[in-house]
Amino acid sequence: MAYTRRINYDGVKSYFSLFFSFFKIGCFTFGGGYAMIMMMQRELVDKKKWTSEEEFLNYLSLAQSSPGPMAINTAILIGYSRLKLRGAFAGFLGAVLPSFLILLGIAMFFSRIYQDPVVVSIFKGVRPAVAALILYPVFSFAKDLKYWEYPLLLAIGVAIYFSISPIWFIMGTILVAVLYVYHKTRTLKEPS
Amino acid sequence: MIYWQLFVAFFKIGLFGFGGGYSMLSLLQAEIVTHHHWITTTEFADIVAISQMTPGPISINSATYIGYTTTGSVWGSAIATMALCLPSLILMIAASYFYVRLRNNLYVSQIIRSLRPVVIGMILAAALMLFNKENFIDYRSYFIFAIALIATLRKANPLLVISGAGIAGYILF
Repeated sequence: MAYTRRINYDGVKSYFSLFFSFFKIGCFTFGGGYAMIMMMQRELVDKKKWTSEEEFLNYLSLAQSSPGPMAINTAILIGYSRLKLRGAFAGFLGAVLPSFLILLGIAMFFSRIYQDPVVVSIFKGVRPAVAALILYPVFSFAKDLKYWEYPLLLAIGVAIYFSISPIWFIMGTILVAVLYVYHKTRTLKEPS
Repeated sequence: MIYWQLFVAFFKIGLFGFGGGYSMLSLLQAEIVTHHHWITTTEFADIVAISQMTPGPISINSATYIGYTTTGSVWGSAIATMALCLPSLILMIAASYFYVRLRNNLYVSQIIRSLRPVVIGMILAAALMLFNKENFIDYRSYFIFAIALIATLRKANPLLVISGAGIAGYILF
């Protein structure tokens, strides 16, 4: 009896720790979902060691190839990978609640906050720093790429910047990867 | 009725909004401003401004804000935000289920490996989009950017970087 109770307690604790990690990240990622990537990397990969950097990049690939807010997708995927279905909900709630509560507060009470001169000058400092935070994962992930993938990365980045939808690159890449594996498995089978 | 319309509109945005962040803005604008007239273009620009000053994904911020302003009730916010995230929840739980089983499949692992330059390119694009006149006003902004980038590359705590940049902004601007 005491044994099961302890397991349940640990279970609740790990759901809470998952929730709280994402809640903390969600509270401080000014500048949209992409700023969350770097925070997640620090908190989930470097500090908590819940996933490796390579696994984390795989989850990001899944999250970015799917519709919906990318940071929320990532939270659901990592939550599920840790603690299955309930973990997915814990990660989801942790990531959504901070922006939900803060925006609700602003909508209800301070809808003119962005015109306050003190707030405006603080955010004139924060925004260039956000650009740096978003850029950081580009450097850390690019280390694991092959040399011929660098120009590809740059070209895709610039193309999306000039408002070409990323969906074309995602679909094109999936097609090329499938053809490549199909070709490789066929040529391997032929000699036998 | 307005609750149902909110649900449908934000569910659609959650289902068809690819690329996250600022690439979702045009879809948001088309649905909320052009189609439903829930807010004006000026109010939409205000929401974008608020989103830049508040944490979290911009689409969640818009859903919560518009859900409240159109209904005047917390439930409007909750329904709009839930509707926006529902496609993510369903798709990502399904993706997790299959990923665990298929990660060693040749096709799946090759697809995920090949997507890397695209995924990192999307992050690069998100950073490039911030390099505009609104965010980078003059040399002071570039100064803050350079310090923040060096600090981050040297593994400084991101919360410290953000707070430091906020203080620098308060002093410099």
